[in-house]
Amino acid sequence: MKAMVGYCLFALSTIVPAILFPDNYYVTVVGVTICTNIVLAVSLNLLMGYAGQISLGHAAFFGLGAYSSAVLTVKYGIEPWIAMIAGAFMVAVISYILSRPILKLKGHYLAMATLGLGIIVHIFFVQADQLTGGPDGMSGLPVLTIFGIPIDNDIKWYWTFAIFMLLSVLFSLNIARSRSGRALAAVHGSEIAAQMLGVDTAKVKSHIFVFSAVLACITGSLFAHQQDFVSPESFGFFFSIELVTMVVLGGLGSTYGAVVGAIILSLLPELLIVFEDFEVLIFGAILMTIMIFLPQGLFVAMEQAFHNFMNRREQGAANATS
Amino acid sequence: MKALDKIKIAVLCLCIGMTFCYGKALASDTVKIGSFLAVTGPASFLGDPELKTLQMYIDEINAKGGIDGKKIEFIHYDTKGKAKEAKNFVNRLIKKDKVDVIIGGTTSGNTLAVIDIVQKAKVPLISLAGSVKIIEPVKKWVFKTPHTDRMAAEKIFQDMKKRGITKIALITGNGGFDKSGRAQCFALAPKYGIEIVADEKYGNADTDMTTQLTKIRGTDAQAILNFGFGKAPAIVVKNIRQLGIKLPIYESHGVASKKFIELAGPAANGVRLPAAALIVADQLPANDPQKKVLLDYKKKYEAKYGPVSTFGGHAYDALFITVGAIERAKSSDPSKIRDEIEKTHGFVGTGGVFNMSPTDHLGLGLDAFKMIEVQDGNWKLLY
Repeated sequence: MKAMVGYCLFALSTIVPAILFPDNYYVTVVGVTICTNIVLAVSLNLLMGYAGQISLGHAAFFGLGAYSSAVLTVKYGIEPWIAMIAGAFMVAVISYILSRPILKLKGHYLAMATLGLGIIVHIFFVQADQLTGGPDGMSGLPVLTIFGIPIDNDIKWYWTFAIFMLLSVLFSLNIARSRSGRALAAVHGSEIAAQMLGVDTAKVKSHIFVFSAVLACITGSLFAHQQDFVSPESFGFFFSIELVTMVVLGGLGSTYGAVVGAIILSLLPELLIVFEDFEVLIFGAILMTIMIFLPQGLFVAMEQAFHNFMNRREQGAANATS
Repeated sequence: MKALDKIKIAVLCLCIGMTFCYGKALASDTVKIGSFLAVTGPASFLGDPELKTLQMYIDEINAKGGIDGKKIEFIHYDTKGKAKEAKNFVNRLIKKDKVDVIIGGTTSGNTLAVIDIVQKAKVPLISLAGSVKIIEPVKKWVFKTPHTDRMAAEKIFQDMKKRGITKIALITGNGGFDKSGRAQCFALAPKYGIEIVADEKYGNADTDMTTQLTKIRGTDAQAILNFGFGKAPAIVVKNIRQLGIKLPIYESHGVASKKFIELAGPAANGVRLPAAALIVADQLPANDPQKKVLLDYKKKYEAKYGPVSTFGGHAYDALFITVGAIERAKSSDPSKIRDEIEKTHGFVGTGGVFNMSPTDHLGLGLDAFKMIEVQDGNWKLLY
């Protein structure tokens, strides 16, 4: 019950600004970026936070989604929704085939394998210029229609992304409380212990890898339609790192942690722009400060502090009555 | 913990201090020029002189009282060369800062990414990027000042024809500029009766191209054409000399900066390339209409920042085409400015003499390119 209160508050905070200021730059442009990053961070958190498997190639799945929508609709004239589903299906197959050998690896080796995956996909986007348009990218995607409503302006896009984001967060929250979520937590804690308890760790890990990849892929398809432009640099190695930073900054293993991390990392550059040349410096300083003083992540640390505070008050109240 | 507290306080003070340092001049009668350039990142050698040029001349115009009494308010964002950032910043320029005209897009990728935004928002954009795709087909709100890659390829092929070269080896990198240039070479070669007998590629971050060049050595090519920018062309030229290949070398306008000669050293001697007249300004005949503009720009820029490059010149052209259009439009209304930009006629810039029209949003002819050869570590104007 308590968890749902938090979720409703969060949902309200995304809906209210859009109703009050449907024309504001921070809602229509920054808001969409934030929602995109939240879904990506939440999907990566499924893998990194819950299952404890690092991935430095998450942007690749995001890119595959974007490019499959772009290529199928622009080059082959396929309907946007069919292209999106085809992309998601393709990514599901690819990620499933890859998951078994890749997730056998641990630690640095897993990081390297996922890193390689990200780089290979990026090189493909750059070099297959007959198909992808090469480094110049491609544009001219058709307008996406949802239930007969064409999504053709900024505020409609905001609603699309906000709803998609809220559904993903709900999905992620539910996974954590489900049987497979507990299995994931067990794998995170100790893979051997989980196996001893009868958890099919390989299966659990590959399922969450596929889920996470498909979620990123669908986000990519929406992103491609919203931007009406895709180019390889949006899906490079640095974006993968940025996503990892979001998850770690907010707090590994917490859905809202990923949300908070994504919000900070998307909003901060917008706000710091006023410092012009010092922007990057201050950005770095803020990230460093957070990680030095709150290594467990901003959201997780705040949550703990809040709990401690409440416990102390309860204790204080108990002491006073006795 | 005490030390940590001190760091905390220091960081806090830094943040607060900077908030106060930032002050935004508010003036009612201004014209807003926005720009998004790649000042940092891999394309910074293009974006940096562009921004410096814009800032220097906008300060000068404002010091003289602005355009018809209107001060220019200049808003700039650094895209770091990323298309996604370019898109966000152009959205910001249009929706938040509400600029009247936009100069920018250092790279073709950055420009192509924002074309649909400016087309929808109806704000004129003058791009500083090379690709011919930006203005072809013509887009109502999009203009550009640098010569196109197609013009470069044509100029090179003309020179080859003069020297009787019919078979060439092409070697290009994996960037947008390289790929677009390569496509133009293939499209134009038949027109000039030139056969491309080798088509080699390298990564722009590669440090050795001898493998590709060895392959080229085995063909019957009469010249080597390298389309690229950054440090890769310098390596290509060096490797050609190391392998003892005696063929004439052609580069694109992408290497028209002193940096290329510095990097390639004596290997650069004998390399031919098409480039804007700026780098050979003092060798131009006295009756050349561009000579005065070029020398003025060069003097001003070098007095303040150091050696000029043709890239800053593109920004000069874009700024003064805009200023001219605002003067003629007598208004800061974006659609009126657009109409006047399109009517730019006989404007003498650093890139050539611009004559725009509804069907030509660049307005430069092939004569805007000069054929240049590197001789004794310096640019030499051929014709």
